[in-house]
Amino acid sequence: MDIRLLDAEPTAEERSAVDAIIGAPSSSWDGGERGSERDAHTAEFGGRATRELRHMLLPLLQAVQARVGFISEGGLDYVCERLGVPPAEAWGVATFYAMLATSPRPRRVVHVCDDIACRAKGAVKLCAALEAKCGPPITHEPEGEHHTLDRDKPAWMHSPCLGLCDVAPAALMVEAGESLTERSIGGATAEGVSALLTGKRVSGADGADQPHVVRSPRISRGGLLERVCKVDPTSLAAYRAAGGYAALAKAFELGAEGVIREVTASKLVGRGGAAFPTGRKWEAVRTQAAQPHYLVCNADESEPGTFKDRVLLTEDPFAIVEAMTIGAFAAGAEKGFLYIRAEYPLAFERMHDAIGQARAAGLLGDDILGRGVKFDIEIRRGAGAYICGEETALFESIEGKRGEPRNKPPFPVSHGLFGKPTAANNVETFANIPAIVLEGGAAFARVGTEQSTGTRLFCLSGTVRRPGVYEVPFGTTLRELIDMAGGVPEGRTLKAVLLGGAAGVFVRGDELDIKLTHEDTRATGTTLGSGVVMLFDDTCDVRDAVLRIAAFFRDESCGQCVPCRVGTVRQEEALHRITSGKTRGGVRGELALLHELGEAMKDGSICGLGQTAYSAVESAITRLGLYAEPGSATA
Amino acid sequence: MEETDVVFLWGSNARAAHPIWFHHLLKGIHNGAKLYVMDPRRTESAQWADVWLGLKVGSDIALSNTMAREIIHAGLVHQEFVSNATSGYDDYKRSVETYTLARGAELTGVPADVIRDAAHAFAKADRAMICWTLGITEHHDAADNVLALINLCLLTGHVGRWGCGANPLRGQNNVQGGGDMGAIPNKYPGFQEITDSAIQARFEKHWNVKLQPNHGWNLTQMLAAMGRGELTSLYVIGENPAQSDADGHHVEHLLNGLDHLVVQEIVMTRTARLADVVLPAAATWCEGEGTVTNSERRVQRCRKASEPPDGARDELWIMSEIAKRLGHDWGTPTGEEVWNEFRTVAPDFAGGMSYKRLEELDGIQWPCPDESHPGTPFLHARLWEKGATRGPAAPFTVVRHEGPVEMPDAEYPLLLTTGRRLESYNTGVQTAGYDSPLHWGEMLDISPEDAERLGIADNEEVRITSRRGTLVAPAHIDRTLRAGLVFMTLHFPDDVATNVLTIDVSDPKSGTAEFKACAVRVERSSVMAGSAHS
Repeated sequence: MDIRLLDAEPTAEERSAVDAIIGAPSSSWDGGERGSERDAHTAEFGGRATRELRHMLLPLLQAVQARVGFISEGGLDYVCERLGVPPAEAWGVATFYAMLATSPRPRRVVHVCDDIACRAKGAVKLCAALEAKCGPPITHEPEGEHHTLDRDKPAWMHSPCLGLCDVAPAALMVEAGESLTERSIGGATAEGVSALLTGKRVSGADGADQPHVVRSPRISRGGLLERVCKVDPTSLAAYRAAGGYAALAKAFELGAEGVIREVTASKLVGRGGAAFPTGRKWEAVRTQAAQPHYLVCNADESEPGTFKDRVLLTEDPFAIVEAMTIGAFAAGAEKGFLYIRAEYPLAFERMHDAIGQARAAGLLGDDILGRGVKFDIEIRRGAGAYICGEETALFESIEGKRGEPRNKPPFPVSHGLFGKPTAANNVETFANIPAIVLEGGAAFARVGTEQSTGTRLFCLSGTVRRPGVYEVPFGTTLRELIDMAGGVPEGRTLKAVLLGGAAGVFVRGDELDIKLTHEDTRATGTTLGSGVVMLFDDTCDVRDAVLRIAAFFRDESCGQCVPCRVGTVRQEEALHRITSGKTRGGVRGELALLHELGEAMKDGSICGLGQTAYSAVESAITRLGLYAEPGSATA
Repeated sequence: MEETDVVFLWGSNARAAHPIWFHHLLKGIHNGAKLYVMDPRRTESAQWADVWLGLKVGSDIALSNTMAREIIHAGLVHQEFVSNATSGYDDYKRSVETYTLARGAELTGVPADVIRDAAHAFAKADRAMICWTLGITEHHDAADNVLALINLCLLTGHVGRWGCGANPLRGQNNVQGGGDMGAIPNKYPGFQEITDSAIQARFEKHWNVKLQPNHGWNLTQMLAAMGRGELTSLYVIGENPAQSDADGHHVEHLLNGLDHLVVQEIVMTRTARLADVVLPAAATWCEGEGTVTNSERRVQRCRKASEPPDGARDELWIMSEIAKRLGHDWGTPTGEEVWNEFRTVAPDFAGGMSYKRLEELDGIQWPCPDESHPGTPFLHARLWEKGATRGPAAPFTVVRHEGPVEMPDAEYPLLLTTGRRLESYNTGVQTAGYDSPLHWGEMLDISPEDAERLGIADNEEVRITSRRGTLVAPAHIDRTLRAGLVFMTLHFPDDVATNVLTIDVSDPKSGTAEFKACAVRVERSSVMAGSAHS
């Protein structure tokens, strides 16, 4: 492509970060030194081979960020030169993702979560204490003074949900350098974060290491948590000894159509939130004539309050590798992508390690189990964008673009990743596959209800006594689930439960008889969403949580379509006006405005983000009656 | 080109000079075509290529002949097509035998493996085409360059089929139409041969005048005739030779020496300023009715959208009035009437292209002999037919590498080649009046190596001197150029008259001047001034 570069020089550090991933330049035309006689008379850079590397844009930007701590103009320019991408386009990508910085940022930054679950556990106080102790946070889009900041002086910043709600409040330290250092902590205190800032090792409380998981007593055997916290997640041998990879062998016996038959019979539906039948999806991909087919595992678990996929990835990584291999076999894909959110360093490490072990053991590669089946998995890390959990935005992100959702149709089964037929499923969905293949779809379908088969993982957080991941059969009531987790602490009362995450709905503390199935939640106007069950007791400011949700959507809207881009801003403004008592047209007027905005976003947004951005706010109004309480500003 | 497998874009920076056409090429690339660009500079177009072949200026025949020899020796010749539909293959084969890969690499500078791979890709492709522009034709051996490329197409059977062929890209919306209508010195309308007495008789009868039986002069020959004093009066329509032709000082001198110069123009060009009479014309593309023929031979209607400014007249009216003064009353024909007359005198060519059909079909590709004919998407399909309908064989032509007339030497060590930039058009008559963020004025593009050697900073004024003239322009250090090669355009002739530098040698067959190669010397302008005083 004929592009104009910025003529900004990369540093040696930036150069080597990029070259470490795609190799040194092959000629002066892609960033090497001038002077060779060959280069004066030929170039093989800029054509199809170059364009096919376009998807490396995000990994290269991440590499610069990981090495230096931010992406300078020179670093951006060098990435563009190596890939033949216009700087304006690369800038658009770099500025889209929250974990990438395009202005100087300290090498060591601690991201402190102040999202809803952590707020329920004192994140606001934590941030105030931290500010008093370590100074104000830096922001993602800094003002001028940050250009002169001392990059050797560590800094902290606010962060949306880090997926560590079971150990809230949480923080994540990221330190750029020769090798990237990442460390998440749970149970964060001002002292703990300040120790992280100074580079001290923080003992204990590495929340990701010891998740609290509970299986319902109604699950007699098997289930999604069977191996979690019991079988060594870093050992393929241990996984195999616990029965791992029997399902893959069985799948090869069944053949692709046999696998799909069992998955269809199991009535398994996607656990990412949309509840689409998995068997139907795989069959639709399998029968597409266009080649190649791709398989994508969506591990961009970003819905605030959700952390079940994190637990599966860190504690049972081989099961995900095996399930993806089965899925790829069924859908006819030879290449799979695992897209893990940036905030999950341990999950990345465990999955990276598991994939390596599987490859070495011939369980991935060109001849899996000696059956001539070909499949391999490439991990892509997110860069801090909630919207990339939307599957078409995730494809865009893997392709190295801004994570902007696509219009549908066409659907991913025919036009997915790189425009090819793609089977994209959530981590938890995959986790169900080995058991379905081994024991048959019919056996799987006997658990749960007629329409919601199997078990489901729920993420209990907020002011609950025993936060963690809970596995229950579909049909369990919300009350039973909350009781399993011990309810709210002694002497407090449950005011509200947020079901399904920021994109979900609030229910009242007296609405706990809702049966947790797809059909019952639909009938009651609630949702299972991504399995979030976040408790708010009488010590919590639920209005504050609603405001945080509104701020979250405003911040995470990709800005592509008007209803969402404008609607999420106007929604947050209206809520602020209500809270501050400076309403226009009284509370009633603001509520009418919110309703209208919500309808517009629901009707007019391209993707689920805008379509559900009003959902929790609406339930706070209609179910909780949050803005009709005595004492609130009235018209 | 949207449905082809391999494109050789040869001597063309279409990305900048044919941007609309290039979008169609991009569709082809999107559909899977591999692009090879042959150009001394790694141009904007070359930057889109899978492979750039950065040949030395004027070594096109060497490159083509080397590829041909490689195709022959690799057994990749389309034997069936060559034996059925061509002539002269044996002579051609013998003539390219000395162009080994090693010699080709030496003559062109392009590495041997790159030449070989490109040749193989072209020959093995199911569909392949060569597209070229002035990088092929603005040489003293222009016609031979074209024939060299045609040879390659014949050798591989990439002609007369969909997605294949030898395609010159036209530089103007209607340069093809001018030739179609007979505005060339050797053909009647519809490319009918002037020297054919039967055809001549037909035209004499139709027009009821006596017609001279010989080829006329082309522009280069006219300039030569002016120099000899044989041509003393000139009627120029929509051309700016004072600035568009090589060796500008000389051309201006010739125009000044004419007895009578008439210029029919839409703007006051440099040539118009030299004229005895200027006839202000309407801009026919929007202020008159007619047709244009584009690069793919598609005849399209153009319609009057606005009134010409006061005093400007429709070109048909002007010419009819001149004819009347010269004793031929043509009345006041409309565009359609002229077009219908054309259809009558060139029925095999345009008989089926009524205004009505042109409008219905959004243009028709010639030839289109009758009203049931759909037009001709590609030419030469007959070569693939069996039996008599195949017609005469397509001849291979023996062509030899010569290289530019003027090569760099100790006194003029750099080779200047000229071309176009995206935002400007030719001598700027149609573009200089518009603002563009890309209008940077004329510059001398120079390689980083030469700039360093000469101590030239980016944007510094430099003096450029050839054996014919000298001028000053800012230097622009350009990484797409190799050492020894410098580049200029002709877009800003009022500020920087590039053509005072270019050499006045032209191809005897086509009349095109060798704008693409002349030897120059470049010096820092400030140093020059200093030394002049000392």
